[in-house]
Amino acid sequence: MTIKRATPEETLHFMKGTPGSRRAFLAALGATAAGFSLAGCGGGGEAEATSAGAPAAFKVEGGEQAVLKFYNWDTYIGETTLADFKTASNVEVQMDLFASNDELFAKFSAGNPGYDVIMPSNDYVERMVAEDLLMELDHSKIPNKANLLPEFQDSQFDPGWKHSMPYVWLILGIGYRKSKLKGGVVPDSWRSVFESEDYAGRISWLGESQDLFRLAFKYLGKSLNDTSAELVKQAEDLLIKQKPRITNFHSDDGQDLLARGEVDLVIEYNGDIAQIAAEDDDIGFVVPSEGSLKSTDCMAIPKGAPSPNNAHAFINFMLDGQVGAGIAKAIQYPTPNKAAKDLMDEAYKTNPITFPSAAILEKSEFGKFTGPDEARRIEEAMTRVKAA
Amino acid sequence: MQDWREDRKFFLITMAPPTLWFVIFFVVPMSLVWLYSFGETTGLIGVKISGTFANYARALDPLILTVLLDSVWIAGLTTLICLIAAFPIALAMTFASPKTKAWLLMLIMLPFWTNLLIRTYAMISVLGTKGLINSGAEAVHNLLVGIGLPMGAFAPMPLLYNQTAVIIGLIYVHLPFMVLPLYAALDRLDKSLIEASLDLGAGHFQTIMRIVVPLALPGIVAGVIITFIPALGSYLTPEMLGGPNDLMIASLIERQFKRANDWPFGAALSFLLMYITLAFFIVRGMIDKDAAKRGGH
Repeated sequence: MTIKRATPEETLHFMKGTPGSRRAFLAALGATAAGFSLAGCGGGGEAEATSAGAPAAFKVEGGEQAVLKFYNWDTYIGETTLADFKTASNVEVQMDLFASNDELFAKFSAGNPGYDVIMPSNDYVERMVAEDLLMELDHSKIPNKANLLPEFQDSQFDPGWKHSMPYVWLILGIGYRKSKLKGGVVPDSWRSVFESEDYAGRISWLGESQDLFRLAFKYLGKSLNDTSAELVKQAEDLLIKQKPRITNFHSDDGQDLLARGEVDLVIEYNGDIAQIAAEDDDIGFVVPSEGSLKSTDCMAIPKGAPSPNNAHAFINFMLDGQVGAGIAKAIQYPTPNKAAKDLMDEAYKTNPITFPSAAILEKSEFGKFTGPDEARRIEEAMTRVKAA
Repeated sequence: MQDWREDRKFFLITMAPPTLWFVIFFVVPMSLVWLYSFGETTGLIGVKISGTFANYARALDPLILTVLLDSVWIAGLTTLICLIAAFPIALAMTFASPKTKAWLLMLIMLPFWTNLLIRTYAMISVLGTKGLINSGAEAVHNLLVGIGLPMGAFAPMPLLYNQTAVIIGLIYVHLPFMVLPLYAALDRLDKSLIEASLDLGAGHFQTIMRIVVPLALPGIVAGVIITFIPALGSYLTPEMLGGPNDLMIASLIERQFKRANDWPFGAALSFLLMYITLAFFIVRGMIDKDAAKRGGH
C-alpha cells in the first residue's frame, strides 16, 4: 500500500475532517503531507475532550519534557487518542502526516528529521532495519505488548518485535458484487482474476506491481517472496494472457470501482472493501484459498529520536486496550490488539471481511523486502505487462 | 530615448531576481536530474554518478520506445482535435462584442480554477457505466421501450477505461491551452484584411484558409506546442481514465522514482521526454525563421 489516491468520498471525509480511511486527500494531489501538522492537544488543559476510558495515572518513567513528534498516516488515529495521552502522561504529541511509505523512507534516508515515533509498513520496517534507521525497542517499557493477539505475539518480518510494534493489519483479497457472481459461486481462487474468462471485462487489478506479482506467485503455487527470474517470467506470461480481460489497473481505489458498478471483481484490501460493504449489502470479500499477501503497519522509533522514553511510553499507550478500541472504532481497520478487539462491538468483531478466517491467514504471507535487483526485475516485468 | 540596457545598475537590479529564481528553481534541479541520468543506484538510498550511458540504453529499449510512441500518438491526436475545436471558438471570441468576449474568456478560464483531480473525477462520473451519459441513454432507451419499440435490454456503453476516455479527458483539460494563444493571435489580426478578402470575392472558407490561418500561424504554433507538451507528459488523466493498455510515459517515470527506486533510469526517461520537447522547439524556431525570411522579401 504505497500509492494512496483519495476517492470522492474520502475527499468529503477529508473536508469534513472525519476519519474513515488513512488514504489521504493530500496524497491524491501528490502533495507532501509535511507541514500539515496537528498538535495533539491545544494546551487548553485537562478539560480537553477526553474519553472516559483512558488509563488514569499513566507514568512515563524518566520521561522527557519535550513534545513528542509522531509521524503517521492521515486519518489513522482515534479521535481523542492524542489528547488522552497528554492527559495521562502530560506529554504533548505533535503529529505530522505522510502519504506513502516511499515518502517516509525518503525523509529518513537523509537522517532523522526529529521524529520520535513513526509508522512504516512491514516491508519498510525490514528496509529501515537493513539500513540501520530504527532503534531497538526496550520491551520492559512496553508491558502492553501482552495485549496483542496470540498470532501477533511474534512476527515474521521483525523477529521478536525487536524494532517495531504492530498497529493495524491488512490483507489482500477479491472484493465482489454478489448479484453478479457466475452461478452464484464465490470466487474463492485467484484463478477467477488471473486465468479465467468468467468475468472478462469486469475485473480490476491493483496497479501496485510488487503486490500484483506476489499474488500471481501465490496463484502459481509458490511463496509470494519467491522472486526468482523464472517465476517472474511465468507470472508475467500469465498476466499478459489475462490482461485483455481486465478493465483497468486501479490505484488503490478499487473499492470505488466496485461500488460504482464499473467492475464485478476487484483485488483490494479487506479494510477498503469493509468500508463499502457497510453501505452496500451486495458487496462481498473473499481471501482466495491459495492464501494472500498480509501487511502490517507498525510503530517504530527511528534512530536519533529526541525523546526515546516518551516514545516507548507512547507505543505502550497505543497498545492499551481502551486506547486501541478508540482507534479501531475511528479507523475501522482490523486491530492486532486482543484487549482492544474484546472491547469492540459484535458487528466489528464478527465482520468476516475485516477478519478473514485464521486458516486463511495461516496460509498467507507477509511480503518480505527483497533487494533492489529483485524489485527492478518485477518493475520491468510490470512495464512489459502494461505495454503488452 | 536611452536604451534601458545602458543603465547597468538598473539592469542588474531588475535582472537579478528572475535570474536567481531561474538558477535555483530550474537550472540547479534540472542539472541534478540530468546528472542522475548518468548514474547508477548503490544500495537502497544512494545514487552514484558514474557517467554511464546504461540508463539511456535501457530507455531506448523497443518496449519503452513503444510506450513513448503511444504517448506521442495520444498527445498528437489530442492536440489535433484541440486545434480543430479551438479554432472556431477563438474566431467566435474575436468577433464577439466586448461584453460577450469577456464572458467567453471567463468560460474558457473557469475550469482552471478547479483542481485537475476534481475535474478528472467529474469526467469519471460523466463517462462511467452508471455515469451521466449512460444513465441518460438508459432513460431514453426505457422511454422508447415504453412507447412499444422493440429495443432489447439496455447495454451500457464502455466509455471509461479505454483510450477514447483518455483522449476525451486530455482534450477537456487542454482545450484552454489551445484557445487562448489562438485568440490572442486572431484578436491582433487586422480585420480590414478579412473585409478586403471578402470584398474581392473570396468565400468565407477561402478567406479563413488563405488569409486568417497564415496570419495566425504563430498563434497556431504556440497553441500546438503548449498543448502537445503537457499532454505528452500527462499523468493523472491516463492513470485515472485509462484502461489496461493506456500506459503513458509519465506513469512509467513516476514508478521509477517511487516504487522501483531507480532514480537514474527515471531521470533518463525524463530527459528523453525533454529531448523530444526540445526537438519541437527547434522545429518551431525553424518555422519562425522561415516566416521571418518570407516576411523580409
